[in-house]
Amino acid sequence: MTAKKAVTWTKKDLLGLEYLTKEEIELILDNARSFKEVLARPLRKVPTLRGKTIVNLFYEPSTRTRTSFELAAKRLSADVINMVKESSSIQKGETLIDTARNLEALKIDIIVVRHNCSGAAMMLSRAVNISVVNAGDGWHEHPTQGLLDIFTLREKLGSIKGLNVGIIGDIAHSRVARSNIWGLTKLGANVTVCAPKKLIPAGIEKLGVKVTNDVDEVIKKADAINVLRMQFERDESRAFPSKIEYFKTFGITEERLKKAKKGIIVMHPGPINRGVEMSAEVADGANSVILEQVTNGIAVRMAVLYLVSTAKRQKK
Amino acid sequence: MTFKEKARILDAEGIKRAVTRISHEILEKNKGTEDLVIIGIRNRGEHLGHRVADFIEKIIGKKVPFGILDITLYRDDLTEVAEQPILKETRIDFDITGKKIVLVDDVLFTGRTIRCAMDQLIDFGRPTVIQLAVLVDRGHRELPIRADYVGKNVPTALNEVIEVKLKEYDGVDEVVICEKSGGKEQGLPQRG
Repeated sequence: MTAKKAVTWTKKDLLGLEYLTKEEIELILDNARSFKEVLARPLRKVPTLRGKTIVNLFYEPSTRTRTSFELAAKRLSADVINMVKESSSIQKGETLIDTARNLEALKIDIIVVRHNCSGAAMMLSRAVNISVVNAGDGWHEHPTQGLLDIFTLREKLGSIKGLNVGIIGDIAHSRVARSNIWGLTKLGANVTVCAPKKLIPAGIEKLGVKVTNDVDEVIKKADAINVLRMQFERDESRAFPSKIEYFKTFGITEERLKKAKKGIIVMHPGPINRGVEMSAEVADGANSVILEQVTNGIAVRMAVLYLVSTAKRQKK
Repeated sequence: MTFKEKARILDAEGIKRAVTRISHEILEKNKGTEDLVIIGIRNRGEHLGHRVADFIEKIIGKKVPFGILDITLYRDDLTEVAEQPILKETRIDFDITGKKIVLVDDVLFTGRTIRCAMDQLIDFGRPTVIQLAVLVDRGHRELPIRADYVGKNVPTALNEVIEVKLKEYDGVDEVVICEKSGGKEQGLPQRG
């Protein structure tokens, strides 16, 4: 029958899920489903972005996200250039905005940016007319990760509305947590965040989430849990004395999952510290969708690159 | 921009007769259903293709493989069209190499949709032959493409629009010709 009312994508950038409506998030997810079908074809490539050039501008190390964006661009027939901090003028003291303006002058169409400062992607998007896609900015947002987590959940459980989702781990330093919270709450999920007290940022409940430090309580009620990486390298506060202790108190184990709903979905944005956030048995177990998340990431990023490229921009 | 209905070209009976005749012609031309597959182009070509496949099954008592093609990602005007097309899934669950494909669409117009469809099919495999069946051929080709099976040839002016409505999609079976009036020329809403 006739499709639901069409939503049109009008934004030149994707900066965060905070700035999207529920309908826009659903539009990306619906498109991603179609792109997933492209990835299952014998020839996994379409000519859609032929002639477009995409730069992956990465100021922070990343293998997974950068490779995923690169694959997404290549599956759409775009040309891709990778620029990493170590091998560019960034080392010579060029500012972020100057770099971006130079990329614009080089007639690049889309900048995919990863930066250690919150707000870097937004600052860039204001400085240039070309599209900017946020691939993670500081502790702020990692929208495509949030989208692929939600895409995976929707694929597994149907609808997001009414789902109980637990986000477990270092909430304070996690842009993945923030993108998930914005996206999930907009789509009507009940989100609970769970972490050691020091790793829960003040005022987080204003985003519409419940807060606890009892991981067993979260697991008992959850339809899905998203387990975040413990970023010991970023934790100057030393919220937790040791990895072993963290594992004992917050680590997801088969023992703990015995009290969960049958079919609980276990997600992790990677890279996993086995034996810290979760046991190897859980990571490789029947409830884990961790590798499916990786595959879905390409489809979601294809959808994002497609939408920002074909956006019907409002005239200024 | 508004559309004024000028004339009804086909009613439910007329569409049914056209589908019936096209189905028979497909069988005649291909001497049966060996290696035959039907592929409908979204959105309305999907439903017409389905009807053709069902009808052929009724005549000869054998199922013909049926697939659905969404050509959005192969369009040559993605950055120019007035409205962002909605991307939907392509569903072809069989190998098309060595097959005789009958592509089905509602209206044949510029030929650009068919160009997209053929490019896409060739990325899927190497069919022996690709044939084209359309409910309405309205002329004004921009590419050297023609249909093998036509429900009805309708000479049109460029400011006219052929509107195909199908029960599965629009709740009613009919084809009408409309005239555009007023508003700014925004590029034709109808491709083909």
